[in-house]
Amino acid sequence: MRLTLKVWRQKNSQDKGRFEVYHLNDLDEHASFLEMFDVLNEQLIREGKDPVAFDHDCREGICGMCSMVINGRPHGPLTHNTTCQLHLRHFRDGETITVEPWRASAFPVIKDLVVDRSAFDRIIAAGGFISVNTGQAVEANSILVPKENADQAMNAAVCIGCGACVAACKNASAMLFVAAKVSHLSLLPQGEPERYRRVKNMVAQMDKEGFGACTNTNACEAACPKGISVTHIARLNREYLKATFLQEE
Amino acid sequence: MKLDAKIPAGDLETKWTRYRSTVPLVSPANKRKLDVIVVGSGLAGASAAASLAELGYRVKVFCFQDSPRRAHSIAAQGGINAAKNYRNDGDSVYRLFYDTIKGGDYRSREANVYRLAEVSTNIIDQCVAQGVPFAREYGGLLANRSFGGTQVERTFYARGQTGQQLLLGAYQALQRQVGLGQAHVLARHEMLELVVRDGRAVGIIARDLVTGRLERHSAHAVVLATGGYGNVFYLSTNAMGCNVTAIWKAYKKGAAFGNPCFTQIHPTCLPQHGSYQSKLTLMSESLRNDGRVWVPKAKGDKRKPADIPESERDYFLERKYPAFGNLVPRDIASRAAKEVCDEGRGVGQTGLAVYLDFSDAIRRLGRSVIEARYGNLFEMYEKITGDNPYETPMMIYPAVHYTMGGLWVDYQLSTTIQGLYAIGECNFSDHGANRLGASALMQGLADGYFILPYTIGEYLSGLIRSGVVPTTYGEFDEAEREVAARIERLLSIKGGHSVDHFHRELGKVMWDHCGMARSRESLEHAGRQVAALREAFWHDVRVPGTAHELNPELEKAGRVADFLELASLIVQDALHREESCGGHFRTEYQTEDGEALRRDDAFMYVAAYTYAGPDAPAVLHKEPLQYEVVKPAQRSYK
Ligand SMILES: Cc1cc2nc3c(=O)[nH]c(=O)nc-3n(C[C@H](O)[C@H](O)[C@H](O)COP(=O)(O)OP(=O)(O)OC[C@H]3O[C@@H](n4cnc5c(N)ncnc54)[C@H](O)[C@@H]3O)c2cc1C
Ligand code: FES
Repeated sequence: MRLTLKVWRQKNSQDKGRFEVYHLNDLDEHASFLEMFDVLNEQLIREGKDPVAFDHDCREGICGMCSMVINGRPHGPLTHNTTCQLHLRHFRDGETITVEPWRASAFPVIKDLVVDRSAFDRIIAAGGFISVNTGQAVEANSILVPKENADQAMNAAVCIGCGACVAACKNASAMLFVAAKVSHLSLLPQGEPERYRRVKNMVAQMDKEGFGACTNTNACEAACPKGISVTHIARLNREYLKATFLQEE
Repeated sequence: MKLDAKIPAGDLETKWTRYRSTVPLVSPANKRKLDVIVVGSGLAGASAAASLAELGYRVKVFCFQDSPRRAHSIAAQGGINAAKNYRNDGDSVYRLFYDTIKGGDYRSREANVYRLAEVSTNIIDQCVAQGVPFAREYGGLLANRSFGGTQVERTFYARGQTGQQLLLGAYQALQRQVGLGQAHVLARHEMLELVVRDGRAVGIIARDLVTGRLERHSAHAVVLATGGYGNVFYLSTNAMGCNVTAIWKAYKKGAAFGNPCFTQIHPTCLPQHGSYQSKLTLMSESLRNDGRVWVPKAKGDKRKPADIPESERDYFLERKYPAFGNLVPRDIASRAAKEVCDEGRGVGQTGLAVYLDFSDAIRRLGRSVIEARYGNLFEMYEKITGDNPYETPMMIYPAVHYTMGGLWVDYQLSTTIQGLYAIGECNFSDHGANRLGASALMQGLADGYFILPYTIGEYLSGLIRSGVVPTTYGEFDEAEREVAARIERLLSIKGGHSVDHFHRELGKVMWDHCGMARSRESLEHAGRQVAALREAFWHDVRVPGTAHELNPELEKAGRVADFLELASLIVQDALHREESCGGHFRTEYQTEDGEALRRDDAFMYVAAYTYAGPDAPAVLHKEPLQYEVVKPAQRSYK
């Protein structure tokens, strides 16, 4: 099949950036979206041009590296999907596709389609953990976790930290990302002792990083490749309220 | 060089406890003065870094991804083994030990494997305490399932995302230390050289992948946790960035490389389709719990699977291995699939696939049970292939998945360079010639949480008075110069072919001639081809861009250059090992019914190689394996 790509090119964080248009012929509809970029890059290298930089690693939807806004939607047209798991058969022959990086001031562009998401790591460092040193653990089955809680915690824990939620949000809010971690840990008995400290510290760091406020548009849930529900944001808000009322300090 | 595994004396069951109780300690005040570099943030690296930082060492962690949470361990699906015996099905530390030794086809060290089985139970405790949401029963207790090569249910799992959840646990523990100022993460950094002074590892040269700047980092000890080198085959289930570079630099600086030819080919992967293909996708082995593997009995049968009646199907694993059926170890399942495809009974467009069929299980257990067990895997399959496995059997074919070989380490996980440690998949590991499913996660976390933090103390306790290691040593100058020169050279060739072109070619040679079945002839051929490709690469590769920017092509070029060297070592080792064992199958050495013919009399040793210069073959050293507890026997899963 044939496709035309309008790709965001930006040399570095200082460069203003612009779209460039590329034409690709003879694509296999079973190739993945990133494999199409491999083909494009081989073509550019042959022509002596600079290949397009993009993030990727596992190419099976789990590492959270890949991050392209495709025709205005983070990770493209399918629901519950990552860029690396998108295949060309979902596009029409001859179609023009626009590809841009995640856009959010907390995720500055490094080059082309690559952005800096280290803000997420700092949010986790601020409180997204259970404080237990190696060797301090008790016997695993001495902690009972009702299956429903474990399942719900897992529903939140599947977050791959890709940042599509931020990219999809008009305010570039990181609420779904933070909510997923807060939910995961506060649903488990192990996370109980620190639950209020955790939520306060994570939210404080989130604000410091310059992510926007949540105005409940639910765009994040729609873009989340793992289908993480906005009900976790409701839980985050409850936890945060309780934390501000209940926690001394 | 004499390889000393430093296995403590005494009974197998008490070696580790005794070692731990007598190893020299470093006081908390002194730990604060000691720097440790950990390269890699996968299960092994993140768990080690977090644990070392908790102990009070000053830790620096490096990874090439943009966050430590994205290390390739994230992709592990099926589960992690531990000898908890929660199912009361007769499991024990001894049984896990025994299964691992046998699964590895008697090519691993008893003492290491026993220790691994011993600490396996602590891992589950630790992970649960961190909040890893393992699957649970209705009573709130942990659930288990079975995996290939065993007859007990000892595998813990978090849906089909066990690696992700375990890694997030370790990553969060690490980030906690980052928040406390004990650990420092340098993401988007790639280690490009090891710095050795007077026979000791004293630091690394890393490239900041965003700016391209070369940096010097010094430390009292360096820990490599850089994962496996399966991508030497180009197509594999590994992530795109998985590479051999860090351990290859260490090898060229004097560290011995153990059993390079032991590579694992996983039976349940999606078959290859087009030439543009960049990777192969694994379908978790846990699927073999409920899926039945079959091909048509007749050659070239092109009917749809549903149209082939039961009596005309060959459930070849159940037929050949009635005791273990679909759950035989990976090497055996892979070879059996290759065999039926070679006979012309493979299915799919290319004939290089077999069916993995869930219709019986769905009939027996209901769709919802299957969905709960494998829902996300089925979804993934459908996403990639467009077929719905609830309705039609999956098609699978073996693919390169894991490398048992790696840097040779002793009982303390120390390489042959003092102060240089290797943990996780990048060491030559406890899996012998074949790894059992769900045991890599176990080994990575055992090394990182429970073994290295103790053993490294033995070395570091001798350095408490040494002060900060300066980065002004001549060895740093020289290492940095070498790295810069190599980058310059790669950029200056400006040849006619992309890096991927050479990588693909290399992969083809390795898969066809050094893959599931190897012979003297095929290996000699591979040796010549690899040498020619290496030559061509250094004359004709085209690396665009400059050294002073984010340049993914340059990163790939460095990795492929190292793969091109590693490939020769793999071939050399495969040629020398004139036997079949585990993942290494030499067609000249098979029994009458086509099973692997191991030759314990001649090859019961670890083959460890040291570098002897660019044009000389590597020097082989042997570490004999002594079995004091288990009696080696021909593996039988019949
Ligand atoms: C698809 C798949 C599924 C699997 N499923 C299972 C399973 O169910 N159970 C099981 O037990 N095992 C499984 N395995 C195997 C297991 O996942 C791996 O063996 C294990 O995770 C390796 O962990 P590691 O910490 O050694 O390395 P990795 O997780 O690969 O981490 C390597 C780290 O090193 C860094 N690195 C590498 N080179 C450099 C360099 N030069 N400079 C700086 N940093 C560098 C990387 O950035 C990364 O952080 C699976 C493997 C695959 C491919
Ligand atoms: S590349 Fe890993 S999620 Fe897409």
